[in-house]
Amino acid sequence: MLEIKQLHKSYPIGKDKLHVLKGIDLSVQSGELVAIMGSSGSGKSTLLNIIGMLDELDEGTYTLDNVPIVNLNEKKAAQYRNKFLGFIFQSFNLINYKNAVENVALPLYYQGFKRKERMEKAMFHLKKVGLENWAHHLPNELSGGQKQRVAIARALAAEPKLLLADEPTGALDTKTSYEIMDFIQELNDEGKTILIVTHEEDIANMCKRIVRLKDGVIMEDKFVEQVRASQYV
Amino acid sequence: MFDLDLWREVFQSMNMNKTRTLLSGFTVAFAILLFTLLFGIANGLENTFNGFFKDDATNTIFINSGQTTKPFKGFKAGRKIQFKNEDYQYIKDDYGNKVQYITSRIYKNLPASYKNEKSSYSVRGVHPDHQFLEKTLVYNGRYISEKDIQEKSKVIVIGRLVAEDLFIGEEALGKYINLAGIQYKVVGEYRDDGGDDEERIIYMPLATAQQVYGNNDYVDQINVGYNPAMNYDQALSFSSMLTKQLKKRFNVSPRDQRAIRVRNMAEASKNVNKMTGVLGILILVIGMGTLIAGIVGIANIMIFVVKERTKELGIRKALGAQPKSIVAMIMIEAVLVTAIAGYFGLLLGMGVLELIGDSLKKYFITDPSVSTGLIIGATIILVISGAIAGYLPAKRASKIKPIVALRDD
Repeated sequence: MLEIKQLHKSYPIGKDKLHVLKGIDLSVQSGELVAIMGSSGSGKSTLLNIIGMLDELDEGTYTLDNVPIVNLNEKKAAQYRNKFLGFIFQSFNLINYKNAVENVALPLYYQGFKRKERMEKAMFHLKKVGLENWAHHLPNELSGGQKQRVAIARALAAEPKLLLADEPTGALDTKTSYEIMDFIQELNDEGKTILIVTHEEDIANMCKRIVRLKDGVIMEDKFVEQVRASQYV
Repeated sequence: MFDLDLWREVFQSMNMNKTRTLLSGFTVAFAILLFTLLFGIANGLENTFNGFFKDDATNTIFINSGQTTKPFKGFKAGRKIQFKNEDYQYIKDDYGNKVQYITSRIYKNLPASYKNEKSSYSVRGVHPDHQFLEKTLVYNGRYISEKDIQEKSKVIVIGRLVAEDLFIGEEALGKYINLAGIQYKVVGEYRDDGGDDEERIIYMPLATAQQVYGNNDYVDQINVGYNPAMNYDQALSFSSMLTKQLKKRFNVSPRDQRAIRVRNMAEASKNVNKMTGVLGILILVIGMGTLIAGIVGIANIMIFVVKERTKELGIRKALGAQPKSIVAMIMIEAVLVTAIAGYFGLLLGMGVLELIGDSLKKYFITDPSVSTGLIIGATIILVISGAIAGYLPAKRASKIKPIVALRDD
């Protein structure tokens, strides 16, 4: 599913370079639920951005669903993002002047679906996250948990191969966090491959595998006994 | 290619961000409003200048007489020079090939009455050629004829406003007006583009005026329309030769500026042409300046708009928006806002010109307006400038890395 070999990434800081990722090897199979952990500055967000094609790697190889991700121009990156990836962000990143169903339909617009089809699909995914009654509300009329569920519905709408979540519970309280994790676990049960960047141990323990990063290298990579979030909800 | 969904995106963005749309629209509308007003007023100024000469033929030479200011050939200074019919005949005979029209003029100011309506009018005794030199437009009846002069008929041609004043709602043609005690038959009515004063004049045959009001053959002024085939320099040398010959004829010093005065319209109209030319360039510079200021304003707003939308554009890119769709979206919005707001400003400007246009006459601004061609041109320039103003920021926006745009701040 996902294959990363000897990945290096550095950022220029003035005349110096900050070596953020120093040779990462990571392989993720289809259907996995992986937590990427690490303190701030460990390089976990950079890794996620490279996986998400939001950033480019300096050295190494990256293959996604047997497609080598190299020399991406803007247009190709956009196409791949649209085809392969669904994003869930800490701050939701909904478009504030579009209502819930329009936000969910946006990736479908960029996939070229007709308006009617878009709206039907978007409604379907909104129903899946239990928000069909909120379809025509603007984001600022929704609670944090509801916003994140709209964002998840949007990530699912494009039917991506891989879901990338960057601190999906970072802006939510514990109860709402567990509700979101419960939902993510359900998605994983259905066979979705999901990568979660987090720094919270309890959230990481709800995944099936934890990859710990420190100073740009993988310190630990282990499979864990999954804690079901449903028992806290 | 028409993409309904793209337009829907644009309309939603404009509709849901009303303040932004209105603010940018206002800037554009204001620039175009100023542009229209300036252009209109400048056009009005030009109209005024042109209007000064519109009512008279531009190939006219006016010849007036006065008192001598210098002693010459034994004559004392202060002698009055009086033109007579023989002087008219002299110019007509000696310069026939250079003269297209020629007329004498006598000025009188007489009380006029018809039934109970009374007023006082300027009355001119003239030759038939006067019609062409003054550009008098007879719309009813006829003008003074050669026969009227030979027979010294008591007929008159009255201006539109004379007819309005004296014949309230009545047909004037064929009626008799009493001018200082003598009845004259109205044989014609005329219009004149020279303004109201020019339409409050009564014309009568020169010979009639000479007989009734002095019983002499005196003439106040001789007007000559030179052959239009002559160019500017030939016209000037013709009028200076005429001056020299007339001075010789009346024994006036060649350096006497008062006794015989010859005014050639060619000179004045050349100056006016120069003036309107300079005015035209000024208008162009001002208009272009305003327009450029407007375009810079639009560009500024678009940069701000893109900055404000950075995050949204980042989200769109993360969801798979291609750079060209970002560019198209921002450009369509820019062009749409510019075109609509600009057109609104244009209409507003034209409305304002229409409203205040008449009250500006005392400031030398006549009929300030903008032409259809200018409107179309300005609209096209608007749309193009909107596209240019939108393109550069849009191009930059399409290059924003989603990761930069999505960074929490």
